[in-house]
Amino acid sequence: MQKISEFVVGLLFGMGLLLSGMADPAKVLGFLDLFGSWDPSLALVMGGAILVGFFAFTLAKKRTTSFLGGALHLPQANQIDRRLVIGSLLFGAGWGLAGFCPGPALVSLFAGQPKAAVFVVAMVAGMILFELADRYIHQPRARQVGAP
Amino acid sequence: MVIDWVNFTPWASLGGGLVLGLAAALFVLLNGRILGISGILGGLLLPRLGDIGWRISFLLGMAAAPTVFAWLAPADFLAAPRIEAGYALIVAAGLLVGLGTRYGSGCTSGHGVCGLSRLSPRSLVATLTFMGAGFAIVFVVRHLL
Repeated sequence: MQKISEFVVGLLFGMGLLLSGMADPAKVLGFLDLFGSWDPSLALVMGGAILVGFFAFTLAKKRTTSFLGGALHLPQANQIDRRLVIGSLLFGAGWGLAGFCPGPALVSLFAGQPKAAVFVVAMVAGMILFELADRYIHQPRARQVGAP
Repeated sequence: MVIDWVNFTPWASLGGGLVLGLAAALFVLLNGRILGISGILGGLLLPRLGDIGWRISFLLGMAAAPTVFAWLAPADFLAAPRIEAGYALIVAAGLLVGLGTRYGSGCTSGHGVCGLSRLSPRSLVATLTFMGAGFAIVFVVRHLL
């Protein structure tokens, strides 16, 4: 049951990205071009997603297990630190350069787009770079990676 | 600011957003997980035993999405993505996105959708930061360079 649910959620999420326009980098850049000819569509994507998500997370916070009986893995981190801000700055810069964030890049890769495949390879390389830096530079520190 | 009415797709984008929210809702309520793509993918790089299967099932579902979407959607939703960046820029952007999302512990889905939905101040800071950086980079590239 868990496996089916995970698969269906992945399927829904991928289709949501395709329907919303998030998987079209030119549209994403049209949204990020606040000072040019601005396409506000993606504000509606976020608004719609958060509208539904808000009720779900409000309900989830009151529970100790998921409805399928498993553990609830809600993020515990709450500190706003340099890692969070610098990481988000780097991510936003990359997002603005090509118009891809991780989800849409994966969906476009699965749709057979060669440029998306190159993007995902570079993105995974960036993630590996992070794992190496985290292991060799930040090692003494407790790891707080994984959940947002 | 000039609104680009020609490319504005309010219904598709709102509908797509509701579907994304539904996916995030089902994931936390049924599976007890945060739907964050960079975390789901990044967790496969140094995998821990017992923490792999759910990531693979989710990604298989995502892999099926383009095919299922093509069956269901009307033809005018099936345009190929417009990727203007050249390969060098794609590689640079991919590296930044991979490094940045892991360093900042999340991306548009984990911080933007799930984090804001659960009213996390940490995710609000992350979302404002990456959106601000995105606006700034596009401003520099399109209007200054």
